[in-house]
Amino acid sequence: MEKFTTLRGVAAPMPMVNIDTDMIIPKNFLKTIKRTGLKDGLFNELRWTADGQKKDFVLDQPAYQNAKIIVAGPNFGCGSSREHAPWALLDFGIRCVISESFADIFYNNCFKNGILPIKVPKEIIDKLMDDASRGSNAVIEVDLEKQEIKGPDGGTVHFDIDPFRKHCLLNGLDDIGLTMEKKPEIDDFEARQKESQPWLYAAE
Amino acid sequence: MATRKKAAVPPPPPPPPRTLFEKIWDSHVVHRQDDGTCVIYIDRHLVHEVTSPQAFEGLRMAHRPVRRPEATIALADHNTPTTDLSQGIPDEESRIQVETLEKNVAEFGVPYFGLQDPRRGIVHVTGPEQGFTLPGTTIVCGDSHTSTHGAFGALAFGIGTSEVEHVLATQTLIQKPAKNMRVAVEGNLPLGVTPKDVILAIIAKLGTAGGTGYVIEYAGRVIRDMTMEGRMTVCNMSIEAGARAGLIAPDETTFQYLFGRPNAPKGGAWDLALGQWRRLPSDKGAHFDTHIELNGSDIPPMVTWGTSPQDALPITDVVPDPANAPDEARREAWTRSLAYMGLTPGTKLVDVPIDRVFIGSCTNGRIEDLRAAAEIVKGHKVASTVSAMVVPGSGLVKAEAEKEGLDKIFLEAGFEWRIQGCSMCLAMNADRLEPGQRCASTSNRNFEGRQGRGGRTHLLSPAMAAAAAIRGTLADVRDFQ
Repeated sequence: MEKFTTLRGVAAPMPMVNIDTDMIIPKNFLKTIKRTGLKDGLFNELRWTADGQKKDFVLDQPAYQNAKIIVAGPNFGCGSSREHAPWALLDFGIRCVISESFADIFYNNCFKNGILPIKVPKEIIDKLMDDASRGSNAVIEVDLEKQEIKGPDGGTVHFDIDPFRKHCLLNGLDDIGLTMEKKPEIDDFEARQKESQPWLYAAE
Repeated sequence: MATRKKAAVPPPPPPPPRTLFEKIWDSHVVHRQDDGTCVIYIDRHLVHEVTSPQAFEGLRMAHRPVRRPEATIALADHNTPTTDLSQGIPDEESRIQVETLEKNVAEFGVPYFGLQDPRRGIVHVTGPEQGFTLPGTTIVCGDSHTSTHGAFGALAFGIGTSEVEHVLATQTLIQKPAKNMRVAVEGNLPLGVTPKDVILAIIAKLGTAGGTGYVIEYAGRVIRDMTMEGRMTVCNMSIEAGARAGLIAPDETTFQYLFGRPNAPKGGAWDLALGQWRRLPSDKGAHFDTHIELNGSDIPPMVTWGTSPQDALPITDVVPDPANAPDEARREAWTRSLAYMGLTPGTKLVDVPIDRVFIGSCTNGRIEDLRAAAEIVKGHKVASTVSAMVVPGSGLVKAEAEKEGLDKIFLEAGFEWRIQGCSMCLAMNADRLEPGQRCASTSNRNFEGRQGRGGRTHLLSPAMAAAAAIRGTLADVRDFQ
């Protein structure tokens, strides 16, 4: 996984509430067996009409075509568990989503893909949404180590993040590799469970 | 002296009362870090074709085996055709995805229910049917409706594909414990009101993000009186309130359902398991961070009008007016929803005409759901303006319904009787709405485009869907009883 340390880029405003993962990537793009190449699917039905005409969605406007950050309305990423949602964001170049709140599964999936989801209170979102609306001048800087967001006018706000998740993102750590180091403990657990709940192992 | 000294030692304090969630969590911790992050053991893993290919590919690239293939069941449900399986899967991308799953399960030795296997069904219907879902266990799947299995008192939640790979490789996940919420539904449900109406009423009250960060334990007389099918419907939609998992304490209803199922414990092991399962319910005095109460007697048949599951109203109500929205954000959301849904404020919900009816899904594709719909349908015809279909949740549900003659009732009324699968709940296969079509659907999500681009979804119970099919509009099932 790619490390996340600092990020400087244009932020696209998406004030809509409850942006669900069906909206982020519609089901017809889930038939892939790869993680890459999903940027055409990103917000597909919001970006294109059924007959293939562009709708002038925010990410297609000249100012935001290279956006690296999304400032979003609350409950971003609700609904389906599809990891295709963060994969599509990443493929487009989005490395950070800032919102008042996120749905749990999407939030978790972001960290597995080097995307930083940042939760901040409504008044900060209101300000960042305002900043983001300024188009390509809306360059925002995110520093994960310092847990700071710097707006285009230089003002800095602090954000909270779970220290362990922060550590993994900063170092690009592979969760599976970390857990593999716990193999003896997993072996012990299974031995104990097999003793107390043998029916869970009946098929083996 | 020795005796006195012994007597002076105070007895150990009684263990603090715990919730059902805390008991399952505690019994699955493999490793706990100082910051509270845990490695928790996963007892059961369900795998389907859409969210697993990249996980298996990850294993292959890292030369990692599946740690416990026998703790896993794989099957294809999202992409599979519901009309004819004899010719395989015509859509190329769907076929490749299912073939990829078949290749992966063969290579990694994972048990698999093939396309023609009658046990194949929607993962969340098949797991419980097979007794793979057991009380006190942890269950995951790369699918948000894994919350369904919480009906058995199992901690069950949806995960992303990276976590699917993590479970395949290590049989564990890295997690922090959730908060506890108790939703109590007391009283009795009136005639015509079903578990689907109960969960829609709960989501309308909690909001689509009200359960974020929580595991919801459903309790109260209404829940205790429900069958396992009904409890699964309730737990299934926990994610629609933002909660990753829903839970219901296991009881005699649970044990009766499980007894004799293929993967349930047998003989002496059954007695041993029962003893453990009976200790699972939340202790008296256990701490819940949030309490919600509903009176079942106040819940009417419900239907959604908008594009979020929280947009649910009694069927006797009217399409709401954004001018009356409680805040600016919701005014905007309602306005957008109404434009998408093609609805005018003030219209009576029972006056909204429909084009399609879908009865099925992991929410309402079980035998009881089909029985409830058939009871309303019997002796009636589907309205001439409506195209209606029933898609059983598994091959075993389909076989049971056919044994009971339910297929005949549906077919005679003008419904299509399909082969099992996820079908038009998410429309990954050929079953989908055309732009502008309006559907009365027993599924779980009414998001924009969910059942097909431009499609308009109204969520409701199987009995309500049947009533809508007959009348050609959204309808009050109580008019048919």
